[in-house]
Amino acid sequence: MREVDARGLSCPEPLMLTADALKSEKGPVKVLVTEPHQRMNVEKFAKDHGRKATSSEMEDGFAIVIE
Amino acid sequence: MNLSDSKKKLAFAGVACGLVAACLAYFGNPANMAFCIACFIRDTAGALGLHSAEAVQYARPEIIGLVLGAFLISVATKEYRSTAGSSPMVRFVLGMILVTGSLVFLGCPLRMIIRMSAGDLNAWVALIGFILGVATGVFALKRGFSLGRAHLANSASGGVLPALMLGVLLLALGTTLLKSSESGPGSMHAPIILSLTGGMIFGAFAQKARMCFAGSIRDVILMRNFDLLTIIVGFFAVMLIFNIATGRFILGFDTPGIIAHSDHLWNILGMYAVGFAAVLAGGCPLRQLILAGQGSSDSAVTVLGMFAGAAMAHNFGLAASGTSLDAGTQEVIAGSVPPNGKVAVVICIIVCFVIAFTNKREVGK
Repeated sequence: MREVDARGLSCPEPLMLTADALKSEKGPVKVLVTEPHQRMNVEKFAKDHGRKATSSEMEDGFAIVIE
Repeated sequence: MNLSDSKKKLAFAGVACGLVAACLAYFGNPANMAFCIACFIRDTAGALGLHSAEAVQYARPEIIGLVLGAFLISVATKEYRSTAGSSPMVRFVLGMILVTGSLVFLGCPLRMIIRMSAGDLNAWVALIGFILGVATGVFALKRGFSLGRAHLANSASGGVLPALMLGVLLLALGTTLLKSSESGPGSMHAPIILSLTGGMIFGAFAQKARMCFAGSIRDVILMRNFDLLTIIVGFFAVMLIFNIATGRFILGFDTPGIIAHSDHLWNILGMYAVGFAAVLAGGCPLRQLILAGQGSSDSAVTVLGMFAGAAMAHNFGLAASGTSLDAGTQEVIAGSVPPNGKVAVVICIIVCFVIAFTNKREVGK
């Protein structure tokens, strides 16, 4: 599974990296972010683009798997 | 409580913040200013003695309230994260630029919207510069601009700025150490309890809704996403109704008494610098205060940069003067940007370009 490590990056970099990954990857993509609002942004972005997002909390942020 | 998952909730947050700003204007904050981050940081810097412009010295409880409101709501809703380490000194400089550009225009992006809602056409002209500045920042982002990663820090680090703000509040309430203007904009303010409460409510809503004036335009340009813009529209609508209902809506340029000037080129360039720097810093002056409140030491450094920039703007004669009315002759005296302010804005824009194209995202990340 392709992994996008956007932990610690300022907005809108996590979304830009996610968008780039979804453009080139048709399979599942795992996005790592630090802030709760970034998790929400990534989930919403995936939903708006017809993809399903599942999040889990990690020690230093969140992992969102987009399928 | 989540306010950012639907446009209706975002608009509600904008309306709530608009009501706070309208109340503060009604109860004594300067006309057509209501709630300005750059002006209020400048006033607070003056109260602390960082500059000696006697007309603009007052420890604005709104600034303190914004940080404390964001801190408390983020702790209560488990969104507080103590982070640090993303190019702090570059962010300090961006903070200085945010305030320098704002004080040449005479208002941060928040006040630009408030001025627009009061019919000040200068603010509509400045909006052009702000949008162009944000667009330049977006161009840099697309070219790979990044200030690098922040990392989780000791949890106390993120609490330092809220603690310092609390300290300023205690000094303002319990001592005579802080300066306070006897005339001019610094002397015009709502009662402390209202300003503090208003600031905390505004801060809490802004934190939950991710309110950001640069981010709203950035998202439209970058991703055709209108979510954050919805908040601004809600805020603008409330202020427009308030200004019309209370007779504060005056359509025109060169209106005396509203702390604005009609030096169009410099209104545009001032807000160009602000829009550009705000995208590079990841948020407008308001958003920096909110992020600092929710634990970002990097944003706290940006806020310190804004204080330094505000002090510099008045110590070096960079800030513009507003159009006023001569009390004796009743003649309109046009406000203007001093030569030092013009040079400073040009330097700010050059520095933004240098920062934008010398800080790249790590390859492969």
